[in-house]
Amino acid sequence: MKIFIMGCGRVGAQLAALLYRDGHQITILDVDEYSFHRLPPDFGGTALLGNGTDEDVLRKAIIEDADAFIAVTQGDNRNVMAAQIAKHVFNIPKVLCRIYDPLRCDLYNTLGIDAFSPTTIFAEMLKKELED
Amino acid sequence: MYIVIIGGGKIGYYLSKALLDEGHEIVVVEKNAAVKDFITNELGSICIRGDGCEAFTLSEIGTGRADMFIAVTGDDEDNLVACQLAKHKFNVPRTISRISNPQNEAIFKRLGIDDTIISTNIILEHIEQEVPTHPLPHLLNIKERGLELVEIRIPVESATVGKTVKALSLPPDIMLSLIISKDRKLQVPTADTIIQAEDQVIAVTPPEAEEALRTTLRGSK
Repeated sequence: MKIFIMGCGRVGAQLAALLYRDGHQITILDVDEYSFHRLPPDFGGTALLGNGTDEDVLRKAIIEDADAFIAVTQGDNRNVMAAQIAKHVFNIPKVLCRIYDPLRCDLYNTLGIDAFSPTTIFAEMLKKELED
Repeated sequence: MYIVIIGGGKIGYYLSKALLDEGHEIVVVEKNAAVKDFITNELGSICIRGDGCEAFTLSEIGTGRADMFIAVTGDDEDNLVACQLAKHKFNVPRTISRISNPQNEAIFKRLGIDDTIISTNIILEHIEQEVPTHPLPHLLNIKERGLELVEIRIPVESATVGKTVKALSLPPDIMLSLIISKDRKLQVPTADTIIQAEDQVIAVTPPEAEEALRTTLRGSK
């Protein structure tokens, strides 16, 4: 699959590495060049400096034929805006995004965006660990 | 009217001030404590500190009864999310967003934001009135009909000088509405009106025909 990842933080870099090892074609975007140092040395995908909420940047990165877009920057709003651009402007079939704020996450789920809130997921996980 | 404004920066501040003067009920949501204090000192208790993209904050200030919701922070993504929240969670009838990147206009429209104000384009249009480079100065957008009122100055060297309007063979959806000559004579153009050098032509056009209109009227010899 051709997969775009926006945000090369810990999650973005790790996900890029995992997917690359599984044989996917990866393009990872970040606005800070320094963040690409998180990618492992054997990463053979494309690391691209640029803002994933900017249509021009995405077009230049040839996003049109991508199969999936994943937004995992630190900013909830950036993620959700990029996800909506990927979905509605570029018609990417699979779009996932991270939204820390659980309420905002619920709203976008009802608006048809596949959003995940690490806050909820992690809190529930810890609760479960305690109860077991 | 009850109006919620997101972002208490310079635009948010002056906007609130103007709307308060007109007698509206205003609440400004601002993240930064110092900015919030400034607004409270200047305009009274109309500002609350909080994140305008959080449903909790918006619910606290009664966004559900707002007639209008205006997001004017400096970040397009924050404005988008705030407006979507207002629209879809609180059913605010009219949401207005400031946009910095002109390209975002289409996606904002598509995602249900009622009105967008592109600060970059507004400044650009003002510059273009002074320095007529390539796009035409927009005088008015008739958005709901998909038309624009634009101004074209006819350069001295234009191939259209001396031609009649009829001879220009303009696309049918463009209408030349008014010609202001160099000596300030006003004329409603007809098919036989002759275009003169330095005429100022006011035309109504759909945005997609703007380029054709420009090349037709400004075209060099």
